[in-house]
Amino acid sequence: MLRYVVRRFLHMIPLLIGISFISFFIIQLAPGDFLTQQALNPQVSAERIAQERARFGLDQPIYLQYLIWLKNILHLDFGYSFAYRLPVFTLIKSRLYNTFILSLSAMIFTWVLSIPLGILSAVKQYSWLDKLISVFAFLGLAIPNFFFALLLLYMAMKTGWFPVGGMYSINYESLSLGGKIWDRIYYLILPTIVLGTAGMAGLVRQMRGNLLDYLKADFIITARAKGLSERVVILKHAVRNAVNPLITLFGFALPGLLSGAALTEIVMSWPGLGRLMLEAVLKMDLYLVMGSLIMGALLLILGNLVADLLLAWVDPRIRYD
Amino acid sequence: MTKKGARTEDTTFSELRSVTKTQLIWRAFKRHQLGIIGGIILILLYGFAFFAEFIAPYSSDLQVRGKAFHPPTRLHFFDEEGNFILQPFVYHYELVDRVFKVYRPDRTIKYPLRFFVRGEKYKFLGLIPSDIHLFGTKAPGHIFLLGTDKFGRDIFTRLLFGARISLSVGLVGILVSFSMGALIGGIAGYYGGVVDNLLMRVAEMIMAFPGFYLLLALRALLPTALPSTTVYLLIVFILSFIGWPGFARVIRGMFLSLREQEFSLAAKALGSTDLRIILRHILPNTMSFIIVAATLSVPAYILGESALSFLGLGIQEPQASWGNMLAAAMNTRVLASFPWILVPGFFIFITILAFNFLGDALRDALEPRMRTSRQTFTG
Repeated sequence: MLRYVVRRFLHMIPLLIGISFISFFIIQLAPGDFLTQQALNPQVSAERIAQERARFGLDQPIYLQYLIWLKNILHLDFGYSFAYRLPVFTLIKSRLYNTFILSLSAMIFTWVLSIPLGILSAVKQYSWLDKLISVFAFLGLAIPNFFFALLLLYMAMKTGWFPVGGMYSINYESLSLGGKIWDRIYYLILPTIVLGTAGMAGLVRQMRGNLLDYLKADFIITARAKGLSERVVILKHAVRNAVNPLITLFGFALPGLLSGAALTEIVMSWPGLGRLMLEAVLKMDLYLVMGSLIMGALLLILGNLVADLLLAWVDPRIRYD
Repeated sequence: MTKKGARTEDTTFSELRSVTKTQLIWRAFKRHQLGIIGGIILILLYGFAFFAEFIAPYSSDLQVRGKAFHPPTRLHFFDEEGNFILQPFVYHYELVDRVFKVYRPDRTIKYPLRFFVRGEKYKFLGLIPSDIHLFGTKAPGHIFLLGTDKFGRDIFTRLLFGARISLSVGLVGILVSFSMGALIGGIAGYYGGVVDNLLMRVAEMIMAFPGFYLLLALRALLPTALPSTTVYLLIVFILSFIGWPGFARVIRGMFLSLREQEFSLAAKALGSTDLRIILRHILPNTMSFIIVAATLSVPAYILGESALSFLGLGIQEPQASWGNMLAAAMNTRVLASFPWILVPGFFIFITILAFNFLGDALRDALEPRMRTSRQTFTG
């Protein structure tokens, strides 16, 4: 197991280098260098520009620029955001946490709902319930995140049941601990629903399909023949096997989750990484664009790593060496 | 992969019962009611987009003075006494609150709905000059089936013109990225070795980015304000750049296995060139997969365009796209008072749903064993 983990980590290294390479060269394609846009900004002093130029070696040949930039990144120096007047890393750090919270809560929402629905769908195959579930799953798949977010915002405004965007109330600081927790959950509900429904369709269908395959298996017939109750047969024997392959799906769902989170954040004023990225693009803050891009990719790679390790841990049939 | 085993020679044995492959596929497809519904919806939507100038009562950038945020005009089939009339009419709407844009129908002024009316001049598809519109009312009456936006432009009209952009991006994007994917995946799979390794590592690296982040970063390279045609091509290019790797990987896998099949080896032994083997023997065998995967991927491109335009990074005003029509809804006050501006979102939703239904039906008909992984840029 340990060897597998180590090898899996080693596999990540070329990928990480490739990602840094692509990010760097995408931004190099932009006209001018990182600071051209900022040099036009009267609020940024010429010394500051010269200082940054030297720090990132912008007068050096391009391959040296890349190496200097890589070295800086390894020291968690992602450059300076002129729009926010803060180091890029400081900015990203706070936003990354918010995106993580939102993605996590959406993922929990998706899994907690999808698995039981998938089981129900499989056990009652071809019933009206099965059809209803797949219709809803389809609708969730097809509705664009940003449009769904707008619809829910409209509903929130008309009914007043939910906050219209944001992450916590204005009086958050004055709330008690319990009040604070509730406040955070209250503000998480709508973005979670938006983000969570998108991934449900695939998961429900996969769960249903897997379980249907296993329900025909010999060991299920054996279990029934032993006289076990239907509940035990399904939950203990069939479901446990059918859940395993879903963990790979967890890795597949991540890019969609992160991208979807970005749009949801933007519409629902959730201060996350995606929103930061958009602001950076609109303000042509290239260091920030690049930093967010790399962080997004890093998040994805780590997510895939977790998925792989989880699969190796759950499924004993996977060989580690 | 389905092999074309049974050829027409067999039909002499059972002339009456023989069915061609196309018939089999059509039979399987017909069993999917949802797929057929999806197909019909798509034909209607693309048809509406094609005939936009004729179906729309106005031109896409006509701003009617004093009619900003006009609510959808109701068609009335019954007059005040409750009698049914064959020719529906609309009431004149009076602006009662200039600040909050509140309108009230004035029941004393009626305009009957008329078909094939003469209105604004236009050139159908930029070629055929005409001034006949499918429907309209006599001036000074207006008919806004889905209301107007903040400039007093008819949303129904803009929806039709926006459909041209939003719906075509999907098809053009798929065409570009699938050509790229098939070419690159094909080269990697057919030649293998170092080329394969290199190309696939590049594909993996592009796939390691969350699509939407890469989309934004690539868009950041160029200024926001560009001519519409340039932006359109730019969007297609960016979406294709993000979209090709996933597809190339599958094609590569298929090429890898197909080139080892007997028919490829036989062709090689007969002295066929690589190009001929690829075009005549391998590519046709990937066709059904390509059709299904393309149908299921179109929504991602439509979503990508509408999301970019929604954020103000795509198609710019005054050109209409389903995405930029929704941008006004970002203002919560506007959204709360004038919910009809959300209509384009419903159309994006319906289009995506229709493509999914159609794609699922096609998959069951063409590639029953295929497990699809849908690619998304925006989730």
